[in-house]
Amino acid sequence: MSSEIVLSTEGLTKVYESGLLSRRSVTAVDDVSFQIRKGQISSLVGESGSGKTTVAKIILKLIRPTAGKVLYRNTNISDLEKATDLIDYRRHVQGIFQDPYSSFNLFYKVDRVFNMMFKLLDKSLTKDQRRSMVESSLKMVGLNPDEVLGKYPHQLSGGQRQRVLVARSLLVNPEILLADEPTSMIDASTRIDVLKIFTDLKEKQGLSILFITHDLGLAYYISDRILVMQQGKIVEEGDAEEVIMNPTHDYTRSLLSAIPTLSKKWAT
Amino acid sequence: MPVLNAENIKAYYHLLDGDVQALEGATFTLEKGEVLGIAGESGCGKSTLAATLSTIILPPLRLLGGRLLTENGDDIFKLPERTLRREIRGKYVALVPQSAMNALNPTKKIKDLVTDAVSAHYPKITKREVVDTSAKRFDDVGLPSRVLESYSFELSGGMKQRTVIALSSLMNPRVLIADEPTSALDVSTQKTVLNLLVELRKKGIVESVIFITHDIAVLRQIADRIIVMYAGVIVEIAGVEEIIFKPLHPYSKGLMPTVIVPDPEVKKRAISGIPGAPPNLKNPPAGCRFHPRCASARSECGRDEPPLVNAEGRLVRCWLYAK
Repeated sequence: MSSEIVLSTEGLTKVYESGLLSRRSVTAVDDVSFQIRKGQISSLVGESGSGKTTVAKIILKLIRPTAGKVLYRNTNISDLEKATDLIDYRRHVQGIFQDPYSSFNLFYKVDRVFNMMFKLLDKSLTKDQRRSMVESSLKMVGLNPDEVLGKYPHQLSGGQRQRVLVARSLLVNPEILLADEPTSMIDASTRIDVLKIFTDLKEKQGLSILFITHDLGLAYYISDRILVMQQGKIVEEGDAEEVIMNPTHDYTRSLLSAIPTLSKKWAT
Repeated sequence: MPVLNAENIKAYYHLLDGDVQALEGATFTLEKGEVLGIAGESGCGKSTLAATLSTIILPPLRLLGGRLLTENGDDIFKLPERTLRREIRGKYVALVPQSAMNALNPTKKIKDLVTDAVSAHYPKITKREVVDTSAKRFDDVGLPSRVLESYSFELSGGMKQRTVIALSSLMNPRVLIADEPTSALDVSTQKTVLNLLVELRKKGIVESVIFITHDIAVLRQIADRIIVMYAGVIVEIAGVEEIIFKPLHPYSKGLMPTVIVPDPEVKKRAISGIPGAPPNLKNPPAGCRFHPRCASARSECGRDEPPLVNAEGRLVRCWLYAK
């Protein structure tokens, strides 16, 4: 609990505006502040439209916040403008997205997603060094490099693709991993193995993970801390155990009561 | 008599480079008033089964064999298209399609879609009569009658799903086949939709339900019996509690622990997935289709396909139980 804070947000707000004559605005993220600590898995949980993906996009610097800031090691990431600073940030903070099918360009071999990552790394690496780095990160996620490299995306299953993407992020040895619904498109029998990779990375490499999901059950299974988002606001935050066993906010309670469990049937 | 009696149904997708053997010898019954769950992972043939049972067999899907008997013993697959249209689809078996979000034509008002469905069964009915009678059904599923005057894009996800259910149940079908009706919904909307299905049964609007999903925790809430499918084959049929808490087939045994629910028991347990990936159904493995991933596979498993046999009060397709 007392481990250092690696990334934090302060009053993060994002307002989307649309329309030319009559401007309409949607506040997707509303004054969100939280901390990600070293070697912990924090889950951001919410229903569709609650703003969880917008938070991830801001942290990855894919969109700019309307107000508030993201601090990485006491630096406001909005101030990072020089190319070298950006490369340095991307080397430490990596993202994985929901759809392992659309994250690949299907005209190129799988190897390409790795080759692109080397732009963030030292240019003087030899071909053999690169190859062995790719192989070791693939082994880290439980894939056999010979079964994956040289193939096209359609030759891999959903679980394999998602693992390739995790391996790709690991290539730069990041400090923080943002995983936006990484298992929602993977089948149950293979999903567990992908989840295990995340917990292994946390335990063995001390990686900090922000796990974004709509599924409280998953969040409970994998995380140390849970943040519950509703309509752009964080309504409850705490230890995973606490939030699930003793929820204090009505929204968390109603979410929990709507999740089907195996042990008992709903009264009808 | 069971409401539906499926015997050895076989349906393949006929493609230029070979057949996808999506449904191989499906045999089961649906009893009167029952909610039968069909569980399995993507590509196991669940939706193919739904399409076949609701007699919406469109190319490249082809029916290659088997019978589907109604309560009177008529084989639905042998009925002429005209009878299917008038008497079976929507009336005997009705399908709630998988993608409620895209199932409604956005250029038409909901009332036009309703009229379309009703006039297929009663060609002489007027639009006025249809709207008046369907307002009641929309009320039953918890939708205000203004929905009839709306376009689909004006409705929220949950409302679209209700609209699709209202449309499918207009004719008071004997069997409602719901194909992943809640997988695109948030958990709270999912719960209201599940409650709605239960209510439709209580009100006697639909009699029996076949509920197809990959989410076993959902089936726990509403199903009486569960069929587990793997790679186009039914591997186990049993009561909901038996199959969840005491599965017999090695695939069911591997699948059940991977269900993650917010429960301390689940967190404590060291869960592992099933090694490997489901086979390509263009070229499924010989013998039992699960044997390449099965820890208890023996030599006969790769040679001969096991029969669906009775074991411990249920049906299971595995050589461990076929003696």
